[in-house]
Amino acid sequence: MEQTGTILTEAIIQKIEAEAGKYPTRRAAVKSALRYAQAEFGWISEGVVKAVAEVLGLERIEVFEVATFYDMFYTRPVGKFPVRVCTNVSCLLRGADGIMEALCQRLGVEEGETTADGRFTVFAAECLGACGGAPMMAVGDDYHEDLKADELDNVLAGYQ
Amino acid sequence: MDAPTTVTVVINGREVHAEPGSMIIEAADAANIYIPRFCYHPKLSIAANCRMCLVEVEKAPKPLPACATPVADGMVVQTRSATAVEAQQGTMEFLLINHPLDCPVCDQGGECPLQDQAMGYGQDSSRYEEEKRAKPPLDLGPLVATAMTRCIHCTRCVRFGREIAGTMELGATGRGEDMTIETYLDGSVDSEVSGNIIDLCPVGALTSKPYRFSARPWELFSHEGISPHDSLGTNITLQTAHQSVKRVVPRNNEKINECWISDRDRFAYEGAECDDRLTQPMIRRKEGLVETSWEEALGETAAAMRQAAEQDSSKLAALIHPMSSMEESFLLQRVVRGLGSDQIDHRLLQQDFSDDAVAPVYPGLEAALSDVDSLKGILLIGCNPRKEAPLLALRIRKMVEQGGVAGLLGSYAPDLNFSLSAFHCVTPAELPGVLRGLVNNAEALDSAGESFESDALSGFLSEVGGNGMILLGQGALNHLHAGTIRTLAGRLAQQTGMKLGVLTPGNSAGAWWAGAVPHRIAQGMPAKTAGANASQIADLDVKTVLLYGVEPSIDHSDPIRLQGMLDRAKTVIAFGAFRSAVPDQADIVVPISPYTECSGSYLNCNGIVQVSSPALSPRGNSRPGWKVLRVLGNFLSLPDFDYDDVAQVATELGHPPEVLMQADKAQIPVSEDVDSASAHADGLFSLVAERSIYQADPIVRRSRALSLTHDGASEAFCRLHPEDLKAAGLAGVSRVLLAGEYHQATLEVAEDSGVVRGSVFVFSGSVATAGFGGDSTVRIRPVT
Amino acid sequence: MSSPSEIRVCLPPHDAVTPWTLAFYRERGGYDAWEKVLKNQTPREEIIETLKTSGLRGRGGAGFPTGLKLSFMPRDAQGQKYIVCNSDESEPGTFKDRDILRFNPHQVIEGMALAGYAIGATIGFNYIRGEYYEPWQRFEAALIEARQAGLLGENLMGSEIAFELHSQRGAGAYICGEETALLESLEGKKGQPRFKPPFPAQVGAFGKPTTINNTETLASIPPIIRNGAEWFSSIGVENSGGTKIYSVSGHVNRPGNYEVPMGMPFRDLLEMAGGVQDGRALKAVIPGGSSVPVVPADAIMECTMDYDGLSQVGSALGAGSVIVMDETTCMVEVLERISYFYFAESCGQCTPCREGTGWLYRMIRRIRNGEGTHADLDRLKSVADRIEGRTICALGDAAAWPVQSFLKHFRHEFEAMIPREEAA
Repeated sequence: MEQTGTILTEAIIQKIEAEAGKYPTRRAAVKSALRYAQAEFGWISEGVVKAVAEVLGLERIEVFEVATFYDMFYTRPVGKFPVRVCTNVSCLLRGADGIMEALCQRLGVEEGETTADGRFTVFAAECLGACGGAPMMAVGDDYHEDLKADELDNVLAGYQ
Repeated sequence: MDAPTTVTVVINGREVHAEPGSMIIEAADAANIYIPRFCYHPKLSIAANCRMCLVEVEKAPKPLPACATPVADGMVVQTRSATAVEAQQGTMEFLLINHPLDCPVCDQGGECPLQDQAMGYGQDSSRYEEEKRAKPPLDLGPLVATAMTRCIHCTRCVRFGREIAGTMELGATGRGEDMTIETYLDGSVDSEVSGNIIDLCPVGALTSKPYRFSARPWELFSHEGISPHDSLGTNITLQTAHQSVKRVVPRNNEKINECWISDRDRFAYEGAECDDRLTQPMIRRKEGLVETSWEEALGETAAAMRQAAEQDSSKLAALIHPMSSMEESFLLQRVVRGLGSDQIDHRLLQQDFSDDAVAPVYPGLEAALSDVDSLKGILLIGCNPRKEAPLLALRIRKMVEQGGVAGLLGSYAPDLNFSLSAFHCVTPAELPGVLRGLVNNAEALDSAGESFESDALSGFLSEVGGNGMILLGQGALNHLHAGTIRTLAGRLAQQTGMKLGVLTPGNSAGAWWAGAVPHRIAQGMPAKTAGANASQIADLDVKTVLLYGVEPSIDHSDPIRLQGMLDRAKTVIAFGAFRSAVPDQADIVVPISPYTECSGSYLNCNGIVQVSSPALSPRGNSRPGWKVLRVLGNFLSLPDFDYDDVAQVATELGHPPEVLMQADKAQIPVSEDVDSASAHADGLFSLVAERSIYQADPIVRRSRALSLTHDGASEAFCRLHPEDLKAAGLAGVSRVLLAGEYHQATLEVAEDSGVVRGSVFVFSGSVATAGFGGDSTVRIRPVT
Repeated sequence: MSSPSEIRVCLPPHDAVTPWTLAFYRERGGYDAWEKVLKNQTPREEIIETLKTSGLRGRGGAGFPTGLKLSFMPRDAQGQKYIVCNSDESEPGTFKDRDILRFNPHQVIEGMALAGYAIGATIGFNYIRGEYYEPWQRFEAALIEARQAGLLGENLMGSEIAFELHSQRGAGAYICGEETALLESLEGKKGQPRFKPPFPAQVGAFGKPTTINNTETLASIPPIIRNGAEWFSSIGVENSGGTKIYSVSGHVNRPGNYEVPMGMPFRDLLEMAGGVQDGRALKAVIPGGSSVPVVPADAIMECTMDYDGLSQVGSALGAGSVIVMDETTCMVEVLERISYFYFAESCGQCTPCREGTGWLYRMIRRIRNGEGTHADLDRLKSVADRIEGRTICALGDAAAWPVQSFLKHFRHEFEAMIPREEAA
């Protein structure tokens, strides 16, 4: 029989309720709900989909549609800090390829893979809107701009 | 200034009138100007995503989708200009680049809009040289086969689920090229109308699983039929090849089923096609039932009937299944009554007949099916329309979507596909009392002239006002006090000005009109004597009994009593289509053909008579029932039994009047003792039983595909409230023994907070569960 | 000739230390316009007229006149209406709204309040792209300050005027920058564009009449109301009023945002950004974000940066996102990357875009891998033509235009990658 009860903490449910209160429909809070849950659990698991669907009164497939549509939701486990290296045109023109290569080498992973210690997963990202600081990458929520390959260690050291 | 009632657009040089606000594609369709399309469907929301219907509109800088561009007066549209055709060809090219070239092995081949339109708008070779996309198939359950690589992402199936069926099972996940039509975590599609996505899918991504690889569309012959499994009279087309029904598809009828059919309508044919068919008359000899000739079988039948009637006409009785055609009901009651007996009934599951004298000529819905959408509200009493008449549930859902309200007074919370704004859940014993309370409240409202909202349902009724309907379902009609419930519902309808409806099984309306009830002959005329009803017949000591299409171990409110009657009877004559439905007591077996092989008429819940034509010739030596009964009439030398064809029988039955449920019912006295719901002794649970959707009749019961669905597997379960489970020490127990006074059964147990405390819910469509008919309470013990 | 300089209207001065605070904003006249409107109950029509006269056009890419857009709202209609700010800045090369939100969030709030007032909307939503965490934090902090100062909420300054404002974060989908996709996303759905009609002014957020404007557009409103329409229109050129923030990226010495008068010659803007990197020669410029047609060096060097000027060289101002490419740039590589972007960001709804963007990308990739044929070049153009103008939203066009323009101006670079035996 299916597991009953929610995996969401009371604190998350309260945050979701606060967000839902801003809109005429509860559904409008779905991205926020998924974001809060992902911050807690690291990714959007079946349990997260079920819990978010229940708290907002949606069907699971509706929640799953949203979770799979947006890049920032991970429907499989990822590292503690997703590293998204912008590879789009402005960064490409300023050496994003070299940054990606250096990063993968330093972390010992290929694009899309997670480091053995579970800290980082490396992604090639579409434009992150910081082209004035190209090449750049986002580690978690933080932007790091004007990157140089030999400074990556310093940046990564800030994420334990 | 009034808005204009029509606008004029010019399509391909032709002036076409259209409703303001309608789309170009509707105007073109009405004028028989063809515009290619995939995602557009008149019953679904506009998606405008396939881009196949692009047309050239004068003054528009680019081609516009005809499905989503509203007409405007003076608009000039070209559907075949160079610009339009180039756009359509462009879309076709994109649709085909990732579509597999597997038409020869695709079931959709030959009736595929993509294939057809590719002939008109495609090129003979592809310019696409990259790798083609492939998608794994989806397992949607036993009814719908999938080949998702063929999917063109029109989202018709997704929109059907969300908008029409109200079950959000399919979704479109991912985005861009990765967009995938799927269910969450590979779940199956379990709605009772899921087969419609097969018809909606414009390619071979979703096809019928039972039909898979069994025929090509150009080999199929089509026959117009009427689905006999509920009282709606759903219009179907039976398609045959090589002397068998290959599939059933909808036939459009806006007044009844629109373009939909239920899965039961669609896949029940598998039951009629099964190997369990009776193909030869049989008669009991020393060694058991042996095949015999028609002559002998009917001769012996006539003799047994005459012998019984000669002794005492009450020694002859007949039970007929409500799915039978009107002609079958009519002729069966004629042969029985021709011998002086009025003991015939089709109301096999009914237990209370106290209001027979004032019953309407036939039961039905006072609101037209096509008007249900626009009612302000419906109060369901003991009714689960989703399982009793799935397409009616779609209508109610539409009503709710359009702002109407639905309320329910019942004994458990069914999983409905529309939301309820009021719900009162009581045990069956309490139900009449609660209904009486509603009537009293409505009376008080009548005299006081002000809102009287003592409870949710009274509030609901005053919100609905007159423009609504009270609808009784099997939980009410098969109730121990059904007569009281019908009477009270009638009073409530009178007081509130609401319409009244009863949702009877199969062709029950036709059986009433044809006289297959003990107290009335055909056309609602009173019978000479009021014979025993279906429940009383089970207590009789008859000499000869006719079972017509009845599977006695299941098709009766109390199969155990019925078995006793069959044991006592001297001659049991079983008319039927299936070997396994023949009771052990049968002395003569008369093989009659199912509806797929017969002509017959059906009276639906709105008083519409429709004729179903045979799709096949009768299998083996079986024969259409009306012919068999006509010959039986001749064997009995009954007068006026010289029908040449089935239409003559129908003509004799005449045209029934409109549905009128409310005649005189307010005058019937209601017994007062029914609303004292006694608390059960410790450890006793009230039984709440519902006949499950795929156990409605012997044909549906034998559909392999339907038996494999979620609903088909429901018989094995009983459901209890989680608190009751805990209190009874049954938490964590997977199997329980339900023990009543007359019957017991071991069932899996599931917790369900929709079951009212102190009761246990079972589906009553199997031999194991139907036996509880005589019990209204059971004890429950764990089974290890 | 004096060296060109910035005029900062939407961005705060360079020397400000904490320009995002309410105190800093108020010091420079911030919220004066909103307070005046609240006090005087300025007729709504007057605000819209001022915006019309100012010549302000939408800064998100389409360049639609802002005053006119606001006037489309059914002002007398009863019921809820919404003002929505599009801060889902995602077009490659564009990063101006990020700086407006980071450094001048109150001006966006005031702009939304004024626009909301003008259309009778008491609630606003600012949809900020999910990746913009720091800008979102600054905006949220500004909202708290504004509420505490009585500039947002009910019964503002005793006027019975209400305006409440919320932000919502996106979650990573370029398509949500399309206004109707943004509305879908705001409502908690997949960001799939809606077919128009109906337009958002009739059926917008949550089914209610809605106006959606870009962040920079809304941030331009307070100074216009404060200083007058003529002040603003006199800054720019005919048909293109005011200042514009150009996001300059790629091969320049000083990439960044430059807020200058509309109509500035490209040559001056390039100089302001420090010229082409390492003194190399300019090859081409994408002047309005990755979707607009590329312009070769010769043409762009003679061009002014405004709606008409860029239209004359076959391109568009877009969001003012100037991607500069020097002589070392491989145009096939750039187009491959751009095409991959539109392929990856297609929402999947419309057939031509879902199927065609991947086809374009795969053909270009094949050419770049040295496996192309001459037939591929014609096919590229023809596939792009079959996507353009055939989809619900403009993403299809955005995928087609770069292909068409790169082939038009740099076909020789593509031909050079086709194997010789094939070329023979």
